[in-house]
Amino acid sequence: MSMDINWLKYSSPQAFYPLAGRLIPWFACVVVVLMGVGLYMGFFVAPTDFQQGEAYRIIFVHVPAAWMSMFLYVVMAVWAGIGMGLNARLSFMMAQAIAPTGAMFTFLALLTGAMWGKPTWGAWWVWDARLTSELILLFQYAGVMLLRTSIDDLRRADRASAVFALVGVVNVPIIYFSVQWWNTLHQGASVSMATGSKMASTMLTAMLLMTLAFWLYSIAVILARVRCIMVERESLPVWNEKSAVIQEAVEAR
Amino acid sequence: MKPRHKRFAFIGLGMLVLAVATVLILNAFQSNLVFFFTPTQVASGEVPQGRSFRIGGMVEDGSLVRENDGLTVRFIVTDTAKRVPVTYKGILPDLFKEGKGAVAQGKLNADGTFVASEVLAKHDENYMPPEAAEALAKAKASGAQQSKSLVVPQGRQGREGSL
Repeated sequence: MSMDINWLKYSSPQAFYPLAGRLIPWFACVVVVLMGVGLYMGFFVAPTDFQQGEAYRIIFVHVPAAWMSMFLYVVMAVWAGIGMGLNARLSFMMAQAIAPTGAMFTFLALLTGAMWGKPTWGAWWVWDARLTSELILLFQYAGVMLLRTSIDDLRRADRASAVFALVGVVNVPIIYFSVQWWNTLHQGASVSMATGSKMASTMLTAMLLMTLAFWLYSIAVILARVRCIMVERESLPVWNEKSAVIQEAVEAR
Repeated sequence: MKPRHKRFAFIGLGMLVLAVATVLILNAFQSNLVFFFTPTQVASGEVPQGRSFRIGGMVEDGSLVRENDGLTVRFIVTDTAKRVPVTYKGILPDLFKEGKGAVAQGKLNADGTFVASEVLAKHDENYMPPEAAEALAKAKASGAQQSKSLVVPQGRQGREGSL
């Protein structure tokens, strides 16, 4: 294999479709392994917490889900921005494919947070800055998706939802720094670039494994979804997975 | 300048304007975005008068008193500078402890006592096994150098994030 692969080739949906199909199984396999190891470490290897007892173990789902919810939003906005700048169809498709997964992680973070809040704080929900801004992020994902489906013309739908996604990006730093900027009930960050980690090392390892697992899961699911979107938009023949058939269909146009 | 460079510049400029606007708006709403007031703010009269609000701080060591009815509790919330006495009738969350953070919702009495209708525990961002916490407490008590292998709570960047 020569070193200079023409990466730009993959910016066309026709070339990206089979590539994505080949990548998905690999990501899926690694996800299963990582999630298995991460959950096992989280539930059986990591020690009990000195204050919260066993209730803290929800951190192994809650924190990675919350990180992914913010990270995926930024990635979605970047694809939307690239799409706007280059008028690239695939970029808009990527942005479209990311939204549902991001919304799912946001919902998961809110749900696990409520389940955690009751035993530790004594309340399922409070209107503090961190919780409220994360809830707004869920509405933003919903807004991006609804805006797209409410416009029939694909180009206009792409651009409108891209603008919405880009504007909403301001909320991400607000979520992240809310616990530093204002008095909140939510505690500060346990893991940060500036101050390192405030967790025992096995806890941290399990949490990072889960984060990596969620990340690869997102890639696998988003690639699968972007393939569906391509088929929908370009009406490629899905019934035969062979790329040659797709190539023919493309060349026949 | 190619058209696509123009478009990217336009997007970049838009994001910049948006960021500045957000900073200005958040600054303007600063006081509305806090979840609770500190005892210092209570002492200086910065809290809403005659309506319900939240105070937050550390539950002072040795201040927790249970009344004979078994439900009413009294304790003092402090931010190390000022102290506010709190009474509360109800069940406290499991993590409510002296020396730990708590947030109480309620009203301020004429005599300066805070009558809480809800008390929430605010835990911190440190996670460690009980043995490590014990060793840490011991090391702190003896003033000894803390072991490097332990997870040591780092110096927090200012403010009451450490409640």
